[in-house]
Amino acid sequence: MSLLSIFNQVEISHYIYLSTVLFSIGLFGVLFRRNAIILLMCIELMLNAVNLLFTAFSTYMGDADGQIFVFFIMVVAAAEAAVGLAILVLVYRNTRKTDVSFLDQLKG
Amino acid sequence: MLTLMIFLPLIGFLINGLVGRFLPKNVSGWLGTAAVLGSFVLAVMNFNLLTAEAGQLQSIHQKLFTFLHVGSLHVDFSFQFDRLSAVMTLIITGIGTLIHMYSIAYMHEDEGLYKFFAYLNLFIFNMLVLVLGSNYMMLFFGWEGVGLCSYLLIGFWYKNVDFGKAARKAFVMNRIGDLGLLLGLFLIYSTYGTFEYQDLFSKVFNNTDTSLNVNTAIALLLFIGAMGKSAQIPLYTWLPDAMAGPTPVSALIHAATMVTAGIYLVIRSEAIYALSPFANEIVMWIGLSTSILAALIGLKQNDIKKVLAYSTVSQLGLMFIALGCGAYTAALFHVITHAFFKALLFLGSGSVIHGMHHEQDIRQMGGLRKKMPITYLTFLIGTLAITGFPFLSGFFSKDEILMSAFAHNKLVFGLALMSAGITGFYMFRMFFVTFHGTYRNHHHAYEKVHESPLLMTLPLLVLAVLSVIGGAVNLPHYLGEGISGGLHHLLSFDGGGQFSPILIYPEHAVELSHTAEIALLAMAIGVFVIAFLYTRNKYVVKGSVPEADADQQGMGKVLANKFYVDEAYDMAFVAPLESASDVITEYVDEKALKSAVDGVGTGGYGLSKLLSKIQNGNIEYYLLYMVIGISLLLAFNLF
Repeated sequence: MSLLSIFNQVEISHYIYLSTVLFSIGLFGVLFRRNAIILLMCIELMLNAVNLLFTAFSTYMGDADGQIFVFFIMVVAAAEAAVGLAILVLVYRNTRKTDVSFLDQLKG
Repeated sequence: MLTLMIFLPLIGFLINGLVGRFLPKNVSGWLGTAAVLGSFVLAVMNFNLLTAEAGQLQSIHQKLFTFLHVGSLHVDFSFQFDRLSAVMTLIITGIGTLIHMYSIAYMHEDEGLYKFFAYLNLFIFNMLVLVLGSNYMMLFFGWEGVGLCSYLLIGFWYKNVDFGKAARKAFVMNRIGDLGLLLGLFLIYSTYGTFEYQDLFSKVFNNTDTSLNVNTAIALLLFIGAMGKSAQIPLYTWLPDAMAGPTPVSALIHAATMVTAGIYLVIRSEAIYALSPFANEIVMWIGLSTSILAALIGLKQNDIKKVLAYSTVSQLGLMFIALGCGAYTAALFHVITHAFFKALLFLGSGSVIHGMHHEQDIRQMGGLRKKMPITYLTFLIGTLAITGFPFLSGFFSKDEILMSAFAHNKLVFGLALMSAGITGFYMFRMFFVTFHGTYRNHHHAYEKVHESPLLMTLPLLVLAVLSVIGGAVNLPHYLGEGISGGLHHLLSFDGGGQFSPILIYPEHAVELSHTAEIALLAMAIGVFVIAFLYTRNKYVVKGSVPEADADQQGMGKVLANKFYVDEAYDMAFVAPLESASDVITEYVDEKALKSAVDGVGTGGYGLSKLLSKIQNGNIEYYLLYMVIGISLLLAFNLF
């Protein structure tokens, strides 16, 4: 039995539920955690939830477009993580903290 | 050549107006003078071209560009140099040159000299546009322009609040007249469909369908404009106040040129006025009453310039009498001679004021003839000319008006003769009190009174000569057919088959027998002699001095207070308007509008204060807002 047919045995709705749960975990993590590293991880989680959904639909539809999108998203996510971590390092050097709630210098 | 003639003063204005402050005073003065002088020379050349022996021209036309083109309305920015414009142009630029020259000396102490010359040049330009435009729109353009310059020059010494008020009064009163003029122009357009003089007058002349009422309405509306500009009842009160301006301005604008624009307007619109006897009667009676009223007020004025101002109003009234009688040549003739002697008198009074170091009250003068011989002599000539001393210019022009009045209506003649007689009384009164008797000013030593410099006396001498010989322009018939009526022939030139835009209708020739003419002359001379002897006896022989304002009694008090016309106008128009604007200031502006405008401000401020709470700098909240926003967007899309 090929790998593809195993994937096909799982119903599409399960993929949707899974990625929704993953996305929501990521979202709530972003909203309610203060630690910047965890924030970045949660953002990754949200992105990957979307990636999962893309590949699932791609297989379901028999169309490779979704998978191509996933590659792009991974590239962008890697860049974003690099930039985010670099900022974080600088913030840490200045404040000795990784807690984002202290970064409120930009209030109006 | 025509264009250059008109635009030279504008060039002078631009130079003096833009870079005048960097130029030395003499340079700006002579520059302004040269611009007008150049214009005058070109005007003489153009005039020669027009009246050349071989092939006389009706008019010289020049179109520069299209001024307005809206729907069926087509107005060209074009000029027309015909005989009427030519005469006016020569007066404006000729006398303008002399007065510019005079101003160089008169204004030499003033720091705003370049501004003064810029305004004067702008005035000359606008006046030329007024008289040379080939349609009523150009006339209106110039009309408003000279009004503006008049305002600027009356208020030239703007640091004095009263002078500023006088300028404003002149401007507002002129605006009332301008409204009449503008309505008249609209009516012309809606009736005849053109503003172009030549088209319009041939249409008026050939059109028998249009009811006479329309022409009467046009004529009366145009006359309202003329009333404003030429200071006739009820819009005359601005002119005496306009004496707040520097004296050369009074001479140029408020005596010789601008105030005759109303006369020019009526002469120009002869085709329309000729169709409306009713309008002519109105013009005549308004002129007559203005003439007498102003002459009476002039009897009791003690400011040397105010006397001359009322005299100007009175003389303008005489010109309107002539217009009302259909004697257009006589009116224009008086415009010319009046320009000579009134400019002379004003400049003379300026010379006196200059010599007395800005004293204008004739009661403070006296005995100046020994100190200022040239001014005295020229002023004497001016006084004789205006009062109608035989064979000076004013004698001929005034008698021509009186004769046409006699031919028209005996009552009008009697009243006009009375007005002309009063001229003698107030002019000689002023003359004797100023130059004869003893010196009466204790603030300023007699020894310090001095004659004016040559730059000021030279224009006086030139104008004095013109005042003497000016009558030669249009000598009466009884002096011989060959030399008489020069101006009349000039104006009634029929253009050799072309359609003539000036004096389309033959003038009512004054058919008086020689005995009647001589009797009328004798009457005029008699009135002159009485005035001369009476005033001489009172002010020279008895040496009496006009009483102080507070001591005036009875009729004298009424006259000294100018019939309380200013007070009446204040009560009838100014006070209600002022209280209305007070109410509007207090309730509409201060309360309603201010609170509305302030409300917008405070409301916006409060709202932004509220909204700025959202931007608290905490990234989690921003993320939360973002999530809420995206959820809302999704929700809107789904449902």
